[in-house]
Amino acid sequence: MSEANGVNPGASGVNPDQELNAENLPGRRGDQGEPIRVQRGMFGANNGGDTSGYGGLVRPVRLPGPATRPYGGWFDEVADELEGALEEQSLLPENAIEKTVVDRGELTFHIAREHLPRVARTLRDDPALRFELCTGVSGVHFPGDKGRELHAVYHLRSITHNRLIRLEVSVPDSDPHIPSIVDVYPTNDWHERETYDFFGLIFDGHPALTRIMMPDDWQGFPQRKDYPLGGIPVEYKGAQIPAPDQRRSYS
Amino acid sequence: MGIEDKLPSGFLLTTVEQAAGLARKSSVFPATFGLACCAIEMMTTGAGRYDLARFGMEVFRGSPRQADLMIVAGRVSQKMAPVLRQVYDQMPNPKWVISMGVCASSGGMFNNYAIVQGVDHIVPVDIYLPGCPPRPEMLIDAILKLHQKIREEKLGVNRERAAREAEEAALKALPTIEMKGLLR
Amino acid sequence: MSATHATHSTRSASARETTEGTVYTVTGGDWDEVVEAAARTDDERIIVNMGPQHPSTHGVLRLILEIDGETVTEARCGIGYLHTGIEKNLEFRNWTQGTTFVTRMDYLTPFYNEAAYCLGVEKLLGIEDQVPDRASVIRVMLMELNRLSSHLVAIATGGMELGASTIMIYGFRDRELILDIFELITGLRMNHAYIRPGGLAQDLPPGAVDQVRDFLKKMRKNMPEYDKLATGNPIFKARLQDVGYLDLAGCMALGVTGPILRATGLPHDLRKSQPYCGYETYDFEVPTAETCDAYGRFLIRLEEMRQSLRIVEQCLERLEPGPVMVEDKKIAWPAQLALGPDGLGNSLDHIKKIMGTSMEALIHHFKLVTEGFRVPPGQAYTAVESPKGELGVHVVSDGGTRPYRVHFRDPSFTNLQSVAAMCEGGQVADVIVAVASIDPVMGGVDR
Repeated sequence: MSEANGVNPGASGVNPDQELNAENLPGRRGDQGEPIRVQRGMFGANNGGDTSGYGGLVRPVRLPGPATRPYGGWFDEVADELEGALEEQSLLPENAIEKTVVDRGELTFHIAREHLPRVARTLRDDPALRFELCTGVSGVHFPGDKGRELHAVYHLRSITHNRLIRLEVSVPDSDPHIPSIVDVYPTNDWHERETYDFFGLIFDGHPALTRIMMPDDWQGFPQRKDYPLGGIPVEYKGAQIPAPDQRRSYS
Repeated sequence: MGIEDKLPSGFLLTTVEQAAGLARKSSVFPATFGLACCAIEMMTTGAGRYDLARFGMEVFRGSPRQADLMIVAGRVSQKMAPVLRQVYDQMPNPKWVISMGVCASSGGMFNNYAIVQGVDHIVPVDIYLPGCPPRPEMLIDAILKLHQKIREEKLGVNRERAAREAEEAALKALPTIEMKGLLR
Repeated sequence: MSATHATHSTRSASARETTEGTVYTVTGGDWDEVVEAAARTDDERIIVNMGPQHPSTHGVLRLILEIDGETVTEARCGIGYLHTGIEKNLEFRNWTQGTTFVTRMDYLTPFYNEAAYCLGVEKLLGIEDQVPDRASVIRVMLMELNRLSSHLVAIATGGMELGASTIMIYGFRDRELILDIFELITGLRMNHAYIRPGGLAQDLPPGAVDQVRDFLKKMRKNMPEYDKLATGNPIFKARLQDVGYLDLAGCMALGVTGPILRATGLPHDLRKSQPYCGYETYDFEVPTAETCDAYGRFLIRLEEMRQSLRIVEQCLERLEPGPVMVEDKKIAWPAQLALGPDGLGNSLDHIKKIMGTSMEALIHHFKLVTEGFRVPPGQAYTAVESPKGELGVHVVSDGGTRPYRVHFRDPSFTNLQSVAAMCEGGQVADVIVAVASIDPVMGGVDR
């Protein structure tokens, strides 16, 4: 299972001495998850020749795939409550929740973007869910995940029930619009501006979506994968060291 | 006691240049220009244990109009660069700049889109101080070296001549890119 | 000007001669209406730009205040003046090198950044349970010492901004004692990169435990000085009490955590609710206050410092000899680092082994050092209770030797959003107090 992803057996994410249960079981991989990248060769050299003889290997790298019930622990409880609450609002859960991933003891709901505000409001207001603290939004750019290049990841914490879940919304690069949830969680004001600044995700309905970190006249969205790191070669006594993103490297 | 004993008959001869240098180096007013980690070390230098007051420099001025030394303490982002230059322009002449820490001196480990790769792109720098962050002792050492520099600074025609000589020497020197040998 | 007015309103202007010339005092008639109208047009209302380079904001924070007389009607923050692109830089370094970058984010709480990041990487690797106990105990000890030093700076600079420079001198004096310990243990006063994925860079040096014991003794002696200087001081209280008010509803809406949240009476502390590094086994209390103001936050910081001293003491009792890095040789740096005669951190025994006897060990060392280890694809979120609040790290791996994306949810960034809620309607001088009570560190805000 883990070798298929080009992973050291010793670091496969599973502790062989540990009893497996829902809290520590890694998510299903194999053919299930989203392909995000293609690994060529054994050693991940991105330039220069691979003389090992394994340079022809091609393997897709996938994120953990969807989980099936039971998720284990309190995960089922949260999922049941959320689905029930969405049904009460006459919203079919399978329309709102694209998939549910359980990986490394964390529960992730992939939400269709048009239903994000309603799901967030339900998660906040339902007494059995009560995720009152949103820890902001983090953008991730997967250029290899066609049609779902930009991901916005929200972590919600429930102080009442002492739980943490993750919401993930994926949008294509050609249409990077996500409804803003600032009116549900006002704390996301700056977080959404930051994600817009770095990834170009446009949060519809945000009160003032402007750049926050970069100067106002900055071109491009610097933390996307297609934006170069922007370093300069460093020169010292006749030797020149290229910027970190230009060097020969393994990944 | 001190200089009085050495005076032959109540006279003391010196040049205006030396007197001005002595006066200037003894009354340097740094501007608070704390940016990042180095700013904390700069504050530590001003506080009890390292006590910058020993060198007559504990009065950090909030207003650049009252300051003649700018200690650029920390990484300078592209967004901060115009502000830094404006603060420098607001300082009255003569003024000096210490580039504190490797980020201010050359960008350091942050060789990326956000950080200006050396504050000398924006303002002329008198002393480069390495370290990440430099210890307070290192900052004090840099300040003492700057004092020495200020003290020896020339005035008027002498200054012009000194500048010309420095430029000629720099033109003759081997460019860094042509230097060979071990990287140390 | 007065002369021309005087010609067509002769009935109400009286002239008198002064050394500056003739001065007319104009009263009565429609002038009263003019004066009233002028008052109505709010020409007292001005916009003040504080910063980004200003002595009494924390770092390069820019505050844009609209003030009406002495009252702040609108307060907005301009940030990003210290944006360093650390999150992007991490994507071009391997997982272990990442610690050197994250430690420079919030430069007053380096151990928290490192610990949060390393816990995230360990979660991705699935090795949380393999981290040796000794490493966890040392992590907790360093984090709590770091909490002390961070709160000391918060109190010191907060005092300085109020004009109480004695508090500043005292705070930095005690912080130096902690920095001495850090320097002994990690080799650096700040920006340590000591906590590594899987454990620690190296074990405690000889004499470290004694120095921490000495420090505890000194700090216990010094703690009452802050009470004497500030806690009961009527001027200090007058400046802080009922200033920067933010109640529980405001904190919840704005996602504010840390001492500001605990000052509203909610004992939310991740060390208790979601323990990491074995915090559930330590005996300490979570202080709260009911005041919702800057004074309550100050009292909480003082009390947290006392609790941190308790935890550090328990750590010292628990230190058992043992490894400080996971067993897995695919992750653990092969050599126990020691400062060699060449000034580099190499272990001579290890060099002898890899250069003289074991070719495989040499290859392994080379691969691990140049390339690093691979982390299975996936994402993880870990959070620690930093002195400022919930410090969360979202780590994404694509199965490579480098982080695919690391995002820090820095408490300073989130808490700083509450400036508008705390300052609007108050006095200009209270803005300084409110910002100081949030204790934002711009390195963490802008990253």
